Amino acid sequence: MKWIDYESPHSVREAVDLLNEAGDRARPLAGGTDLLVQLRAKAYDLDLVVDAKNIPELNELTYDPDNGLTIGAAVACYRIYGNSSVRSVYPGIVDAASLIGGTQIQGRASLGGNLCNAAPSADSVPPMIAYNGVARISGPNGSREVALEDFCTGVRQTVLERGEILVSLHFPTPEANSGANYIRFIPRNEMDIAVAGAGVSVVLDNGSIASARVTLASVAPTPLFVAEAGEAIAGKPATEETARIASAIARDAARPITDMRGTIEYRKRLCEVLTRRALMTAIERAKEN
Amino acid sequence: MPAKTYVQTIINGEHVDLLCEPRQSLLEALRDVVGLTGTKEGCNDGNCGACTVEFDGRIVTSCLVLGVEAEGKEITTIEGVAQGSELHPIQQAFLENAALQCGICTPGFIVASKALLEQNPDPTEHEIRFWLANNLCRCTGYDKIVRAVQDAAVKMQEA
Ligand SMILES: Cc1cc2nc3c(=O)[nH]c(=O)nc-3n(C[C@H](O)[C@H](O)[C@H](O)COP(=O)(O)OP(=O)(O)OC[C@H]3O[C@@H](n4cnc5c(N)ncnc54)[C@H](O)[C@@H]3O)c2cc1C
Ligand code: FES
Ligand code: FES
Repeated sequence: MKWIDYESPHSVREAVDLLNEAGDRARPLAGGTDLLVQLRAKAYDLDLVVDAKNIPELNELTYDPDNGLTIGAAVACYRIYGNSSVRSVYPGIVDAASLIGGTQIQGRASLGGNLCNAAPSADSVPPMIAYNGVARISGPNGSREVALEDFCTGVRQTVLERGEILVSLHFPTPEANSGANYIRFIPRNEMDIAVAGAGVSVVLDNGSIASARVTLASVAPTPLFVAEAGEAIAGKPATEETARIASAIARDAARPITDMRGTIEYRKRLCEVLTRRALMTAIERAKEN
Repeated sequence: MPAKTYVQTIINGEHVDLLCEPRQSLLEALRDVVGLTGTKEGCNDGNCGACTVEFDGRIVTSCLVLGVEAEGKEITTIEGVAQGSELHPIQQAFLENAALQCGICTPGFIVASKALLEQNPDPTEHEIRFWLANNLCRCTGYDKIVRAVQDAAVKMQEA
């Protein structure tokens, strides 16, 4: 690797100034589990990495029923699944945080990094979209919020502009009688990249689906939010038959490619099966709430 | 050449100050600057676990940490596992269960297994395999490693 400078600012302001000055010659560093691999592979040509882990706002992990959940952009997976509020209120996020890499990767990898890396296969993004997550961004012109389904714009491309940094991810408190789930398919039991994945949430009302959200991984250039799949089952009974309606729509919406991990046909079929199964788990979880 | 960075850390319980280049990984800093070569390099991209060390209370792959990130942090490497000439029960169990052949993966497996048994003294076989999924071994087929960890768990609980 060529010479790269390292800065470790202690405030969002300082980080924004450093990133703004260097433009595309600098990137933030969270857990480094994508960035350091990519720097070695020369995917980026940088002069500076800006370590985000010493900025207090990026390490925040707080939940309360009135304000919802805030996950600082640099909080590592182990802190997320180790937090009892997140475990009980946002199990769909825990599903993803506990299957990213293995123990060592989870000691470092953040959901902010997973999102900003903008891989189609990013496991945490579908469930974060299912929970109506919002990205809180700071930059040279102040702060803004972007819904997570609008954050990734292409493979390794996001809405972030020069000098902007993701500060945190925010999630409203789920409604009563709601549940969520993320599952993926990989050929091994762990440590692999999703061939396809489905992150879903449902809100139940007297045994019917009041609303639902479905997002797919690894079957489009970005995580794919399939609004129609959720809309089509609103008002229908919370049954397997209803889940099949949504999963057929998810299958048809998927735009995968054929590569060494699977063909287009195979991945579309996986979307159908994974969406149905994830919906059934989310419904079960909603009934327990 | 721009200036190197002065980093103060605690490695295996001792204060260690080192000079490293910001682009150097913690793995390179440990091996090439500090001279602790017990930590091994396999893949250099986070997959094999040969470079596992304990960093700030968590196991990490040191190839995916920058040396400069070690400022103010505590690190335990394989060299810090034995007590003087007395092997740690996990090291003893790896020997007795023939849990290594070429040995390149062994420091990583031992550091990772030690962290597991410290937080879960009586893991199931499934928990052991899942915890160690970030460590690869090309020689043993894993069964002997799992048995060594189970054996160490029993001995550590008896002690
Ligand atoms: C062995 C291995 C296994 C893996 N397994 C999985 C897996 O199963 N599922 C999966 O989804 N991923 C997996 N990954 C990929 C990676 O671990 C995840 O994407 C992880 O969540 C990245 O987080 P990080 O904190 O390490 O990000 P970093 O590598 O620090 O950053 C990733 C990208 O986001 C940018 N960035 C980071 N923080 C910010 C911020 N606050 N604002 C703006 N930009 C930012 C960086 O500049 C960089 O481009 C794996 C990686 C390895 C090495
Ligand atoms: S050398 Fe670090 S994980 Fe393989
Ligand atoms: S003993 Fe050779 S790789 Fe594990």
